[in-house]
Amino acid sequence: MKKFDKDRLILGLAGPALALVVAIALTSVVLLASGRDPIEPYTLMIENAAYADIQVLILNQAGTYYLAALAVAVGFRMNLFNIGVDGQYRLAAMMAALVGASVDLPGPLHIALIVIVAMLTGAFWAGIAGILRTIRGVSEVVSTIMLNAIATSLIAWLILPDNFGVQPEGSNDLTTGEIAESGWFPSVSMGDGGEIYGFTFVAFALGIVYWFVLNRTRFGFDLRATGASQTAAAASGVDAKKMILTAMLISGGVAGLAGMPTLLGDTHTYSLSFPTGIGFTGITIALLGRNNPVGILFSALLIAFLDKASAVLDQYGYEKEIATIMQGLIVIAVVVSYELVRRYGLRRQQQKVGEELAAAARKNREEVAA
Amino acid sequence: MRRVTRIATVAIASTALAFSATACGKTSDSGSDSKEASAAIAYDIGGRGDQSFNDAAYAGLEKAEKDLDIKGNDQEPSEGESDADKVQRLTELARSGNNPVIGVGFAYAPAIKKVAPKFPKTTFGIIDDTSVTGKNIANLVFNEEQGSYLAGVAAAKATKTNKVGFIGGVEVPLIKKFEAGFAQGVKDTNPQVQVLKQYLTQPPNFDGFAKPDLGKAAAEGQLDKGADVVYHAAGLAGSGAIEAAASQGKWAVGVDSDQYKQPGLAKYKDKILTSVTKDVSDSVYNLIKSVKDGKPQSGEVRYGLAEDGVGLSDSNPAYQKMTDLIAAVDKAKADVVAGKIKVRTAP
Repeated sequence: MKKFDKDRLILGLAGPALALVVAIALTSVVLLASGRDPIEPYTLMIENAAYADIQVLILNQAGTYYLAALAVAVGFRMNLFNIGVDGQYRLAAMMAALVGASVDLPGPLHIALIVIVAMLTGAFWAGIAGILRTIRGVSEVVSTIMLNAIATSLIAWLILPDNFGVQPEGSNDLTTGEIAESGWFPSVSMGDGGEIYGFTFVAFALGIVYWFVLNRTRFGFDLRATGASQTAAAASGVDAKKMILTAMLISGGVAGLAGMPTLLGDTHTYSLSFPTGIGFTGITIALLGRNNPVGILFSALLIAFLDKASAVLDQYGYEKEIATIMQGLIVIAVVVSYELVRRYGLRRQQQKVGEELAAAARKNREEVAA
Repeated sequence: MRRVTRIATVAIASTALAFSATACGKTSDSGSDSKEASAAIAYDIGGRGDQSFNDAAYAGLEKAEKDLDIKGNDQEPSEGESDADKVQRLTELARSGNNPVIGVGFAYAPAIKKVAPKFPKTTFGIIDDTSVTGKNIANLVFNEEQGSYLAGVAAAKATKTNKVGFIGGVEVPLIKKFEAGFAQGVKDTNPQVQVLKQYLTQPPNFDGFAKPDLGKAAAEGQLDKGADVVYHAAGLAGSGAIEAAASQGKWAVGVDSDQYKQPGLAKYKDKILTSVTKDVSDSVYNLIKSVKDGKPQSGEVRYGLAEDGVGLSDSNPAYQKMTDLIAAVDKAKADVVAGKIKVRTAP
């Protein structure tokens, strides 16, 4: 075990902190440029976040984001960029909803089946990209983006009433049918505030599993090693191709879970209005959280806060898209500030090493002279 | 440096995605803590400024503000939001005293089902859905297929190549109603006429309602195949279809509101034969008025040809000159209203 490194921790926190400050400052500039009060939107959002129902919304959304971001982070640790989380979770949620609605099992089994179907579907969809990458060398960036589009079409086809979809009487929506109550994940009621989806806690617990597997197991070490340098990993006996495929499968499996808080806790069906775009938000969050489970947790909460608390802005004459601008700026600021902090850290390290070497040389000279 | 470039790719890609997922900014009116009567609408995807569905609802609210002296509130959804967000939005609007609270679009059905029982004194309106019912819920629905049927009759009369085109924005059941009515109208009038149909996108990709370039490309494809009348049910994307048809000197049929009168399409209006109107604004206005009068609407409120809730516009002078066509449309309208013709709601 290496000992606790204060420098590293400070540098690690400096990146996100710098990014946030820059993003907030730039958003204020945008507000000023459009002739608005540059501070009021923030106070409005913070005031809004004091309400219990908004807090529940933020927490639930953060749980969903957390899963999507973990899925992206698994890929990042392996130097794989899984942009396909979005397609993976939507297809997974749809298949899970289909299977869940067509069977009737005792409670825990029913939920377990739905969750397993979701993970398998997500893993399968990501696995296609994994196989293409390992066998044909197709960049997973390209293939996963394309698979997103294919997933959209596939879902649209599957959900047609002629295939597996159901059009409820009098509705213009298409659904996969309602999952029986045994397949609902118990929620924690907060009174007037609403309900915290039970699966939100599963999501956060998965963060611990992620940390343990990556940092405390042989497999996690291999994964990180392959991500850092494929050739070096291969030289030490790691099958890089197998690692790529495994990482994609895990990433897809976790991505498959991203739709579960909503499916198991709220809608109990997959419909045309099932939330979309979570996979892309997950990329932002994984970046901001530096692929660290705790970092991702805070960034998921931050992005969820921006999403939900900004709804109030409309009522006070501000565009709630201010929050979206801020999210975009955060992404840019994150990349820039991480690079700055990295270079600063590197220079500091070089200086330190240089000083130590100079000190040693001085000592040597003195000894020679003596 | 490989690491850097990779992260940069990630950043650029995700920023681009984040921005592309953003609807353009629109302003909204202020909150409603005051005691005066107020009504609220919550928009569907696209929000205000979509030149179609949501704008029509807003027009109804605006009219109510003017004529009924009430205060109007409107709220926009976020891209890709969940039912929980809609529940929160409706709860907020109901709690702050708005009555009625109207959900624009079927996506609000699950949310209204949850919120309506909690506010028994507030009337909730939902457009395009009858699956949620309750004493304080008014389901505002339209017979889009009937209006589209008339468009089919008109198109079949106007075509010279015996080919007409249908462009649907997003392939959802609602738009299929437009297709079904149109195709039936064409076939009943002239079985020789072939209907080319195309949908722009599949859900959950709703670009097909928003991106004119998609509508333009689809219309050009149909025109190349010989169609000389193109009917679009694609919201804002349909303006591209109108542009394509008009610039080749072919007929376009508009949708939702009388597009001949839309300032944004003034350049092409001579070739906008007619439009299938869907009077969302009136339905919103009527509901607000009924609440104000103390007799709130409840249950299914249907707007069909008989109620002039859907129809065919005739503001184009060129249309008014086609007496043969107008006679056929009028006859078809009378038959539908009388129940002699049953129009299908699914293709």
